Amino acid sequence: MTDILMPKLSVNDARPAATGGASLIEVQNLSLFYGASKALKNISVTLGEKVVTAFIGPSGCGKSTLLRCFNRMNDLIDNVRIEGAVKIGGHDINNSSVDVIELRKRVGMVFQRSNPFPKSVYENVAYGLRLHGVKAKSELDRIVEQSLRGAALWDEVKDRLHSSALGLSGGQQQRLCIARAIAIKPEIILMDEPASALDPLATARIEELILELKKDFTIVIVTHNMQQAARISDYTAFFYIGELVEYDTTTKIFTNPAKRQTEDYVTGRFG
Amino acid sequence: MQPAPNQSNAPHGWLGIHRGHKARPLEWFAEKFIFAVALSTIAVVLLIFVFVAREAFPVVLGKSNTALIQPVIPPADLDKLSPAKIQEYLALTPKQFAGMDRETLRTLMDVKVEAANEVPVQFRDDPDAKRNTIEWNLMVKPHQWRGYDKPEYIWQPVGEIKKFNLIPLVIGTLKVTLIGLFFAVPLAVGAAIYVSQLARPRVREIVKPTIEMLSGIPSVVVGFFALLVMATFLQNLCGYQTRLNAFVAGIALGFAVIPVVFSIAEDALTSVPQAYTQAALALGSSRWQTAWQIVLPAALPGVFAATVLGFGRAIGETMIVLMVCSASVVSWNVFDSARSITTTIAAEMAEAVSGGPHYRILFLLGALLFAATFISNMIGDFVIHRFKTKMEGKR
Repeated sequence: MTDILMPKLSVNDARPAATGGASLIEVQNLSLFYGASKALKNISVTLGEKVVTAFIGPSGCGKSTLLRCFNRMNDLIDNVRIEGAVKIGGHDINNSSVDVIELRKRVGMVFQRSNPFPKSVYENVAYGLRLHGVKAKSELDRIVEQSLRGAALWDEVKDRLHSSALGLSGGQQQRLCIARAIAIKPEIILMDEPASALDPLATARIEELILELKKDFTIVIVTHNMQQAARISDYTAFFYIGELVEYDTTTKIFTNPAKRQTEDYVTGRFG
Repeated sequence: MQPAPNQSNAPHGWLGIHRGHKARPLEWFAEKFIFAVALSTIAVVLLIFVFVAREAFPVVLGKSNTALIQPVIPPADLDKLSPAKIQEYLALTPKQFAGMDRETLRTLMDVKVEAANEVPVQFRDDPDAKRNTIEWNLMVKPHQWRGYDKPEYIWQPVGEIKKFNLIPLVIGTLKVTLIGLFFAVPLAVGAAIYVSQLARPRVREIVKPTIEMLSGIPSVVVGFFALLVMATFLQNLCGYQTRLNAFVAGIALGFAVIPVVFSIAEDALTSVPQAYTQAALALGSSRWQTAWQIVLPAALPGVFAATVLGFGRAIGETMIVLMVCSASVVSWNVFDSARSITTTIAAEMAEAVSGGPHYRILFLLGALLFAATFISNMIGDFVIHRFKTKMEGKR
């Protein structure tokens, strides 16, 4: 449980009976506007540490937008206004004293489309390390290998570390992006539909990897694939048109949801 | 009703469906037209080169002789000479020769003798006066002309002994071009990075068209501005001796090159996928780090292409250099004057005798310029290709 006082619990406030470990991310009455349109409506949710939380919901429901609030990637879009608070480890990340670079070091991200840099495999992983001050060659070599092993990619690329990452297959590229994200040892990894552009086999490998990564990292994953959410996540949040409809353990959401809307969505009746 | 299987008068092909270009005559026509236009562009480029090179050909083959003192054959010997020899001596085409009678030929030979007699006294015993000054040796190697105390490269196409050494012009061109590029490329690429990666949309909307407007300023206006304003300003700033020099010309040239390099580099930087930028930012790099370490390397082929085009623009620019400096000196010092190839052609073509050696050498310079641009573009293309294959992981 958290010791932060919440002034007003909205209707949307949801907190599963048990949040696994200690709570790490707290979203309090968060609303987000793109210009005049309201993309997130008064969302309050608490995500636990070292668990996989899945965000599901139809397109345009705001789940990606919420994900991008956690590492402030929404800063890059003009005309975005945020109300309410996002706290990570008790700190309000939208506070002006927060260094966004430090935040993004602690909150890594994997995107929908694999986006390795047009550099060598090695340089892709080493880039973040160099950014954060790792200079020694031996240290870089060690962490690069460790990260590639962590992303279950080492055996496939160890002989071609210094050729372009764009020569890898789609699935390999996505695992490289995961290796790149875990190299700088974030606490949280945000995944925005990481397997949506991959074939079933590559998807399966990514899912295995996520279950493996859960031991060391807190993972928040946005997915369109209900089976995927059911397979890999511990908790699931269902969003609909900018609102958090229901948030509970994955088992509960998929077997015995409290709300009619959730049931309709997870059983495929709409969305 | 069942149509007969091999109906010979079937109106339009199989099952009455139009095939080939008959199906879409307008599109077919448009496509062929564009193809023809593209082909004619290639033909025009080729024709220009052929024209320029053809005019320069006699010089390349060493066919003409510019020596001040030409060998003289006494007119009395006319009957002893073979027709071929006469043609060569009097520089006549076979057609001209055929249309002349004995008397005319003799008069022409008299003219030759008179010309030899008119050679000023001081050149009579000058060995240089008997040299053909458009030999390759004299055009590319230093020569100690009479009155000089060491072998030198001299471009002096007007005078009793015409000196056609190309080296001062080549050095002048390279010097001015390189100064221009060293000034323009960093500025233009820097501006492109700023505009495409760092500037807020409002700033971008103002800066981008402004820089691109620079290319709309006629180069004669830039030259005029450089001649009157920049030259004085830069002299006060740097304190060098000669007011008009290669440095001023290079900087002014830079203004002509900046918009070219800027707009292409900016396009290349903007077309780097947002995904790279996002990935870098999500790893915790600042906007500057992203621009320098991710976006610029990814756009390097495009930025390089921009530089090659800038080089082409700089080496071909005439008016600015012509207005700002034009003394042909051999010196790599940036504060000395320089005369570029284009300047030489523009300034001297009007005064060169059509078909004469000077005229032909100017064409040779033109062909040289063409070749330089062509080769630089080829190298540029090759390098860009290498960059791309390396980046995309195709070996």
